Amino acid sequence: MNMEFTPVTYELILDEAHRLKNEGYHLMQQCATRIPDGFELVYTFGKDYEVKQLKVTLPEDQEISSITSAFPCAFIHENEMHDLFGVKIKMINLDFEGKFYRTAIETPFK
Amino acid sequence: MSTRSVIPFGPQHPVLPEPIHLDLVMEDEKVVEAIPSIGFIHRGLEKLVDKKDFNEMVYVAERICGICSLGHGLGYSEALEHIMDIDVPARAKYLRTIWSELSRIHSHLLWLGLLADAFGFESLYMDCWRLREDALDMFEASTGGRVIFSVMKIGGVRRDVSNEMLKDFYQRILKMEEDLKAIAKPFLNDVAVQSRLRGVGVLTAEQADMLGCAGPFLRASGVNRDIRTTGYCAYGDVEFEPILSNDGDSYARTECRIKEIFQAFDIIRQCIDKMPAGDIDVPVKGMPNGEYMMRIEQPRGEALYYVKANGTKFIDRLRVRTPTFSNIPGLVETLKGCDLADVPILVLTIDPCISCTER
Repeated sequence: MNMEFTPVTYELILDEAHRLKNEGYHLMQQCATRIPDGFELVYTFGKDYEVKQLKVTLPEDQEISSITSAFPCAFIHENEMHDLFGVKIKMINLDFEGKFYRTAIETPFK
Repeated sequence: MSTRSVIPFGPQHPVLPEPIHLDLVMEDEKVVEAIPSIGFIHRGLEKLVDKKDFNEMVYVAERICGICSLGHGLGYSEALEHIMDIDVPARAKYLRTIWSELSRIHSHLLWLGLLADAFGFESLYMDCWRLREDALDMFEASTGGRVIFSVMKIGGVRRDVSNEMLKDFYQRILKMEEDLKAIAKPFLNDVAVQSRLRGVGVLTAEQADMLGCAGPFLRASGVNRDIRTTGYCAYGDVEFEPILSNDGDSYARTECRIKEIFQAFDIIRQCIDKMPAGDIDVPVKGMPNGEYMMRIEQPRGEALYYVKANGTKFIDRLRVRTPTFSNIPGLVETLKGCDLADVPILVLTIDPCISCTER
């Protein structure tokens, strides 16, 4: 499996997602990792057995665009990143607004 | 235009052993939209990387789910082995493959039983679960556990299986195969079963691929993707072809899973025939530093294990993307346009594992 994580700025993530969709990739996963002063987001896309991974470094209070306009199924990953880490994501096609996970404390992974 | 109404489905429902909720937007008896809701029992196991070291996290990974326990331990261990550049002994790889396929057998038999129960075929349900007991007995004999096995470790496996026991397994597998042939007939040939499954919840190959579906749910729509063909563990040494169907309906999903059980019998037999001698583990030295995304084929489909390590004994991040999690968007799509009476069957046909999803 290709283990390269290609750095992408948060402003370009939606463009990259549309580009990969046009090339025939599907979304495999999105996840967040807490880093000092922000988050590291990993986006994984697949085409047959080929994999492309994008890595975005996001400042803590910075919003990032949802990629649900390219991959509607991304709503599930993006709501998880929002509810567990507090990542601010705009324009999710199915936005649960913090109610996707019923957690005892708000954003427990933050 | 008909009046629209919303019917809540779950989180408590006879076909749901675990909680998931769907808001079904209805026009008369037809579902026009389904809005999923999960998170009733989210456990936050991934957060335990802050408190458990990278070796202890194997046990945590195994406890994500009682059905896919072996696979979760395997996926996490393989991710760490890639990061630490550990070459696992061949015998350990073969044992991992045998246990993985036994997991597939017991998972698919469990699902077939639940499907039969959903039809009201109680004898068939009990037959499936009786046969599943044989797989659990083999797990108990070889690992000491029936649900949580704790045989996986970074660098290999914790228990060896004697060649005598492997020969015994070979015979037991032959017997199970004969029993399954009898059980499979009603699922594949019964008119009542076909009337509930044929043409219900059709997902095209393009839809299944773009919605990120995984496992038999994906392959039943004709998408040829089975991560075992990448050759992890000993899968590179055994001969098999992914089980596919082009129909994309509930019957195709059932057929794929039944054929995958027969395929699992064959893979186990090949592994027993080719089982190499030697060590079952290697010592692990140093601390992990780096990141890796491991893909394995769990019974319910492709699972991803993202591990990011920092050179200390506590890793920064473990992210497990389970197959059910990625099959939920596909489920929502199949529900559009179906009859209300078909909703329980359609929910079942993705083989939902909420325990995995609520890791």
